Amino acid sequence: MELVCPAGTPASLRAAVDAGAHSIYCGFADDTNARNFPGLNFSRPEMADGIAYAHARGARVLVAINTFPRAGETELWHRAVSDAEALGADAVILADLGLIAHTAERHPDLRRHLSVQAAAANPDVINFHASAFGVKRVVLPRVLTVDEIASINRDIDVETEVFVFGGLCVMAEGRCSLSSYISGKSPNMNGVCSPASHVAYAEEDGEMAARLGGYTIHRTPKDAPAPYPTLCKGCFKVGARTGYVFEDPASLDASELLPALARAGVTALKIEGRQRSRAYVAQVVRNFRQAVEALAEGRDVPLGTLARLTEGQAATAGAYNKIWR
Amino acid sequence: MQLTVGPIQGFWDPGKWSAFYEQLADTPDVSRVVLGELVCSKRLPFYQTRLPDAIAQLLAGGKDVALASLALVTPLKRERRMAAELAAMDLEVEVNDLTMLAHLAPDARFSVGPLVNVYNEGTLAVLARRGAMRICLPPELSATSVRRIAAATDMPVDVWGWGRLPLAMSGRCYHARYHDRAKDQCQFVCAEDPDGLAVDTLDDQQFLAINGLQTLSGQCANMAHHLPALREAGVAGLRLSPQTSGFFEVIELFAQLTAGRIDAEEFCARALPHAPGGAFCDGFLDGPTGVSWSGSKDQVRTQPAGTP
Repeated sequence: MELVCPAGTPASLRAAVDAGAHSIYCGFADDTNARNFPGLNFSRPEMADGIAYAHARGARVLVAINTFPRAGETELWHRAVSDAEALGADAVILADLGLIAHTAERHPDLRRHLSVQAAAANPDVINFHASAFGVKRVVLPRVLTVDEIASINRDIDVETEVFVFGGLCVMAEGRCSLSSYISGKSPNMNGVCSPASHVAYAEEDGEMAARLGGYTIHRTPKDAPAPYPTLCKGCFKVGARTGYVFEDPASLDASELLPALARAGVTALKIEGRQRSRAYVAQVVRNFRQAVEALAEGRDVPLGTLARLTEGQAATAGAYNKIWR
Repeated sequence: MQLTVGPIQGFWDPGKWSAFYEQLADTPDVSRVVLGELVCSKRLPFYQTRLPDAIAQLLAGGKDVALASLALVTPLKRERRMAAELAAMDLEVEVNDLTMLAHLAPDARFSVGPLVNVYNEGTLAVLARRGAMRICLPPELSATSVRRIAAATDMPVDVWGWGRLPLAMSGRCYHARYHDRAKDQCQFVCAEDPDGLAVDTLDDQQFLAINGLQTLSGQCANMAHHLPALREAGVAGLRLSPQTSGFFEVIELFAQLTAGRIDAEEFCARALPHAPGGAFCDGFLDGPTGVSWSGSKDQVRTQPAGTP
């Protein structure tokens, strides 16, 4: 299976390629990609260099242009697509219907992948994108079980890519306004969720309160590790109960499920984390490359080596296991 | 400014559901009604047989009527079948997930609901070429985007005017999770909270509401203060989201507001007792955050502490 790895910087791209990534996904340093954090992503010359570095070592570069263009300003997104093609990208990862149609029409030879931000969760909508716009691959949302992924693959002719490690998004991505509701910044428009610029910690009564946009997401004893206040992984009150209403503060680790995902017909495994350090990327990529090689050779997949890299040292296989629901 | 009543987001008692549409059919201020199941395919069988009567009543009452498609279609057979059956009905479909486009005939005319990501004129143009004839824009859009999109099309454009905002959809059912039940054995527990179940922060700040697979705003969106700007932008109508009590009073107040018989301040004062959650928000249009409120502070019961 193809290993698709994140790169938030040129150094991470080289680290991921050197560690054995088959493909790298990355984006331009502007609003056009869904990890638009300060200090991250690629200028045009950096993208050209990164693509040359990857191609020289047999790896591909997929350029994510997966935010939703602002009305009246679509030119920025159109230019990102034409630049990606001119710089030699192997594919663009798109979410916006208008941008997909534009790319299919104006850049027919540029391979088009459907971003997870497009929230395509069933064969009918995937086949629609394939027949209308020649989409070759879909990144599936993180809300499907392995059985559902298998059933989708039986009914489509395009490739599927699934997340196997990193952050866990529990909502249908690209269709979630929770972050912009309280911070004014959104994944869809600004490429950020629960942005650090809106996070505040305060020591109160021997506890550490973590707030996002002024809303208290966690309270932890002073000396305990405080999880980052990601909105949907916060602790809330509902009726008489207090708890993690949406999801525990855990990371996704589907490494145990690699054989099942292979049987389900998945083409590519995606590692989340363009905001992560170069060292983290290298380590995760190296481990997963060993795992996919073991899988290809019929050996047991090595497990457990990634646990200490997960958020709060807690991991979940998320929606891939039916009990998650 | 036309008033559209959107689909019921929660799971209502079937008798109450029928009575609601019977009364709506006799409410002259509403010109358009979108009904059907938006959130969870398991709910539809409870009132599916009542749909034809409700539609007939609404049409007889002079309303434009459209059937909402499901907001998130997973690979489940019943959900894909629901989409196919909707497409085969002789009634306008409101597309709430692009899956519907795969089922609609190439010459079908349809409308587009607020859960489809129409963030720009390019996407709108693609949908118009495919047969879209009316659109309710996503609530997350800014006033600038609303103005630009409305200016770029001849099709009538609506915006979210009233009700708990649809903020997210998941494959996971939060009502079932809250009650320690598996999604497949939910026993339809979301029916206990037909207007959503409040989710507050650890500091008792009003925050969100869960509605099965859906997450709603804790505050009630209310665009009363933006009516002049929306009119100027060429917006054709406001979408009002149903709630189990006080909704016909809200419709009446909107009718008075759009006719200029009351101003926004009076509207808000009189509508506040009917607001789910008891607080307003209207910030997606031009506030710093979606939950922000542009009106007077005494129209909001709960304020977040220390917003940066």
